[in-house]
Amino acid sequence: MTVSTIDLTVGTDDRRVARYAAAAIALTIAEAAIPSPLPGVKPGLANIVVLIVLLRHGWREAVWVSLLRVVAGSLMIGQFLAPGFFLSLAGTCASLAVLALSMRLPRAWFGPVSQSLFAAFAHIGGQVALARLWLVPHNGVFYLVPVFAASALLFGIINGLVAAKFLNDDNPAT
Amino acid sequence: MRQWLPLLRPCDWLVALVAASLVGVSFPLLWRGGPADKAIVKRDGRVVAELPLNITKRIEVEGALGISVIEVRPGQARVAADPGPHQYCVKQGWLTQANAVAICAPNHVTLALAGANRGYDSLNY
Repeated sequence: MTVSTIDLTVGTDDRRVARYAAAAIALTIAEAAIPSPLPGVKPGLANIVVLIVLLRHGWREAVWVSLLRVVAGSLMIGQFLAPGFFLSLAGTCASLAVLALSMRLPRAWFGPVSQSLFAAFAHIGGQVALARLWLVPHNGVFYLVPVFAASALLFGIINGLVAAKFLNDDNPAT
Repeated sequence: MRQWLPLLRPCDWLVALVAASLVGVSFPLLWRGGPADKAIVKRDGRVVAELPLNITKRIEVEGALGISVIEVRPGQARVAADPGPHQYCVKQGWLTQANAVAICAPNHVTLALAGANRGYDSLNY
């Protein structure tokens, strides 16, 4: 066997991203098993991991974990390149864009719950926008928005609180 | 419950409150009068069927000459078949605008779309 001349150095941040992404993917798979009355109404548990990464290690790593989660998670549950994958990708991109701005808000005032809510609402915004443009080219999509918004509110708060709990355990002094 | 409350920062309450009121507002705003559009099928001015425009359905309406077939798809409706001699209402194809009407006069059947925003105060034929 020829010895490969390509040498990929794996840094500590790479290992960290991989570990977080693995946790997020595991949550995605666990969540896929939860029955949902409406496609799109999901707890979004993997977002807890993304929030923790965002607030511990910054936006770039959150983008890595989040996109790895979407791609690898969809491969695991057999949704890769299915409509659900693109909806998930659109939602993730929208919430990462919003988080890039919202994470600049003063931390003392806006905690993980705020970030989680911003991300959750951006997520449904991105999904509904893509669904309206591509999957259901009809304003009937907006009929479901109140339901999505209500679930984003509920799970946004819960996920934010869980992330806040983890981050609080990092440095109990604060 | 109590152990979770300190995790909320001051503005978290504000953000949650704004989000909750947005959700509250979205219900009456987007659920006003149910799904925006529906198709109304009449025979001799009598309503024989009202179909929401968020489903796919095909119905048959007994008219003066025979059976007219009305077809509904998300956001649009048409007269798919009609026994009339000129087929004007069939040739109109898919109706998509609120207040659009296809009239199969010989068969005494009309298909009209009703929308949330009425484009006209009244229509006469």
